Amino acid sequence: MGDGDVMAAPAAALKPAKLRIADVALRFTPRRGAPVTALDRISLDVRDQEFSVIVGPSGCGKTSLLRLVAGLIEPSEGAIWLDDKRVTGPGRDRGMVFQSYTLFPWLTVQQNVEFGLKVAGMPLRQRHDISRRFILQVGLEGFEEHYPRQLSGGMMQRVALARALANDPALLLMDEPFGALDSQTRSLMQELLLDIWQQSSKTVLFITHDIDESILLGDHVYVMTARPGRIKEMVEIDLPRPRHVDMLTSPAFMALKRHIMRSIHEEAVRSFASGEA
Amino acid sequence: MASFLDAYTAPKKDIPRRAYLTVSTLVGVMIVVVWCALSYGELVRGDFLPTPGAVVGAAISGAGDGSLQENTLVSVIEIMSGFIIASILSVPLGILMGSFKVVEAAIEPVTNFVRYLPVSALIPLLILWIGIGIEEKITVIFIGTFFQQLILIADVSRGVSKDLLDVSYTLGATRRTVVWRVLIPATMPGVMDTLRITLGWAWTYLVVAELVAANKGLGYFILNSMRGLFTDQIFLGIIVIGLLGLLTDQAFKLLRNRMLPWATAT
Repeated sequence: MGDGDVMAAPAAALKPAKLRIADVALRFTPRRGAPVTALDRISLDVRDQEFSVIVGPSGCGKTSLLRLVAGLIEPSEGAIWLDDKRVTGPGRDRGMVFQSYTLFPWLTVQQNVEFGLKVAGMPLRQRHDISRRFILQVGLEGFEEHYPRQLSGGMMQRVALARALANDPALLLMDEPFGALDSQTRSLMQELLLDIWQQSSKTVLFITHDIDESILLGDHVYVMTARPGRIKEMVEIDLPRPRHVDMLTSPAFMALKRHIMRSIHEEAVRSFASGEA
Repeated sequence: MASFLDAYTAPKKDIPRRAYLTVSTLVGVMIVVVWCALSYGELVRGDFLPTPGAVVGAAISGAGDGSLQENTLVSVIEIMSGFIIASILSVPLGILMGSFKVVEAAIEPVTNFVRYLPVSALIPLLILWIGIGIEEKITVIFIGTFFQQLILIADVSRGVSKDLLDVSYTLGATRRTVVWRVLIPATMPGVMDTLRITLGWAWTYLVVAELVAANKGLGYFILNSMRGLFTDQIFLGIIVIGLLGLLTDQAFKLLRNRMLPWATAT
């Protein structure tokens, strides 16, 4: 896939790559043992306003890939560009939502959402306007003064999403943000995210090991190989938008699911056999 | 009765608040009752175990001539000085030690060495160097608490989730901001707990220091009472230390809830 797909979809080809990951490799040497190649020759382009999802077996390095894009770690080889600017470190143009709960426990919901604006030196009034808007958008009005420990897991992740969005990042990175939630809450969060994405048309790079989630959310699903992680294939998700949880049982959805499941299963078996997972 | 036992003997199960208070009060009352029975009933000799009345008498006479207040004040000043100096240094150093490998490499080996030296073993040396004045007591308390605080606070700092720092970077925070606005606030509940625990230890070191060489303070008061077989005064000294400990502990609890409402159990 790749060039062929771009040719087949001229509308998409008009948009230039927003995020470009070019031949990125990540290697590290554990304290004991041989050097490990976690990611190998990863190349992918994410176009403006696209929702791209990466799925792969556990231990394939998908989280590392996201952290590379965030600038939290450096690639051993290759480079990453966002809007033609090379990524050299973390920055507010790439907001991130983590799987673990990362709200600041000493700040209220509102203060959490305003954190990025405050460190950027935005005046109070303006900060309040923005935080109010995003708190409203994630459906947490009335909880502005609550501390994180008073919130449920789903609510905390909604605040984390609002906090990332408040900074108006060029790219939203999401690392299995709903992975720790129960399945009902997860469905609601997926719908909320779809809704917000539809309105804000942000460019999103989303990581998950949940195949349903990847198909429901993504324009493209990238399947990664077992370690060393490579992009095995790119699956175009041509389901109509706006999407809805009901689609999970549609024949088109099931066909895509079957395809991706097989693809991942092969990798999982491979990594299981080699003792990586 | 069977259902009572059944309800109250399940591990980790809550019991009604009233039952909790009843049990606590009962045990307290029982201790006093046993004490009264043993002392007033003359089952134990008076110079071994004073009567509660004698202890109250000692308190009244001690308060009357001002010696009780004076000794208490001296001890409180010593302990607060040593503890506060130790805390002022250990909190920032500990936070740095737990989160910056360079600082850890510089301080941790030395700390681990000193931390295992019993402070009481250093007292003779400290007396030689500093004398037997208040400075020596403060130094004993300082050494006794500082190194323990350092290790405990470093652990607190080490335990701050890396994701919390990483998310701050992705929100645009600089290193400096991350240290001041994220790392330090994140350590505060653990720091307060450490201070609360080590303040209890400080009382132990104080008494040790005063027992060895002193002419004022509650430890001295206890030791001096022993010389005259004034068991009632010994009891008084111990009870005052216990009450002061309880008081400071409660004060710390209150302070923590006030300062860190976000970390308070609901």
